[in-house]
Amino acid sequence: MKKVVDARGLSCPLPVLKTKEAIDKGEQEIEVLVDNNTALENVTRLAHSRGFKVATNKCPDGEWQILINRGE
Amino acid sequence: MDRRDWLVVGTGLLIGVLAVVLVKLGNPGNMGLCIACFIRDTAGALGLHRAAIVQYIRPEIPGLVLGAFFAALIGREFRSKGGSGSIIRFFLGIFMMIGALVFLGCPLRMLLRLGGGDLNAILGLVGFIVGIIGGVELLKRGFNLGRAQTGTIIGALVMPLIAVVLVLLAINKPVFNAEAGGPIFASAEGPGSLFAPLAISLAIGLIVGFLAQRARLCLSGGIRDFALTKDTYLIKGYGAIFLGVLIANLILGYFNLGFADQPVAHTDGIWNFLGMALVGLAGILAGGCPLRQLVMSGQGDTDAGMTVLGMLVGAALAHNFMLASSPAGPTLYGKIVVILGIVICAGIGWFCREA
Repeated sequence: MKKVVDARGLSCPLPVLKTKEAIDKGEQEIEVLVDNNTALENVTRLAHSRGFKVATNKCPDGEWQILINRGE
Repeated sequence: MDRRDWLVVGTGLLIGVLAVVLVKLGNPGNMGLCIACFIRDTAGALGLHRAAIVQYIRPEIPGLVLGAFFAALIGREFRSKGGSGSIIRFFLGIFMMIGALVFLGCPLRMLLRLGGGDLNAILGLVGFIVGIIGGVELLKRGFNLGRAQTGTIIGALVMPLIAVVLVLLAINKPVFNAEAGGPIFASAEGPGSLFAPLAISLAIGLIVGFLAQRARLCLSGGIRDFALTKDTYLIKGYGAIFLGVLIANLILGYFNLGFADQPVAHTDGIWNFLGMALVGLAGILAGGCPLRQLVMSGQGDTDAGMTVLGMLVGAALAHNFMLASSPAGPTLYGKIVVILGIVICAGIGWFCREA
């Protein structure tokens, strides 16, 4: 089951904090939605630092879908 | 160190050096760049407070907003966002400013003071860290002002347009009420009478605003991110600003180690500590330090714009109600309001939670 973290419209550092909470709960596959580049960069940095693989998709209106997973 | 690390380090070093260059060219000591002091001086020039020694439209402030505006346009990041606890952010801006004016500087100036050898700023830094850690604890317990929504382009343009108007007023210096001598008021003595040439102040504001937007530079964010996730990206910016300002001060002979006789500073450690603790706490709840708020207000974040306007009002209140410190020390009213501010901000952090 993929965990979805909808962090659109949240101010710093909530996108990172919510992603971190999901990682700490042991989620293996997380989809994070953000609506600004700063959050995109911060969430990506967090995921990399925790050993996750990161893929991003640009959506309309400056939104991003960040797919992170443990991979094998 | 990857490419982004170099960006934040390079930006930090440059800001440190440019701040000292601004002092060399006329700005007050250890105050080459200070968001709190400069918004306060601007409030004075506009007649929002009548403290005669701190009145001057600092071109650095509109420069920062417009620099961030252009950076956001180029990076396709200019976007109208707002509506996340706007009125609460306005008050966080007020308290952020009052805390800064009791300490006598925003977090950026705290680093400039440290790099100039002002040891009073160490107590400010410790207070700032304590305030940030308090804010982080509130974040972990669910503090959230709600989601921002997409707004109108007109709303996003308000702060950049205000910045343009400030530049025009700074250049033309019209006097609206000749009998009162202003506004626009101009200090004849004191810190408000010390300034670098307008074009250079504006240019450096534009450069710093542009780079700070690209690097996401935030003075409260560095300690916050390290406390939260051990992320060191933004804290590298701190180190770089300090290093830049230290080196430039040593080269130009401004470095003066000690507590006493520091430019525009007082030696009351407790209130240096508590003033910056309030700035740290309010800054975390607002999502960024005063510099970051200015930058975000330039890229269309209308909530950050509200925080900046709160800082402007906070500066006026700080001087009208005798809350701001002077080199002689903090005032009784300033002490009371700092304590009140910490309690109110902690209450905001505690009660504003996700449903």
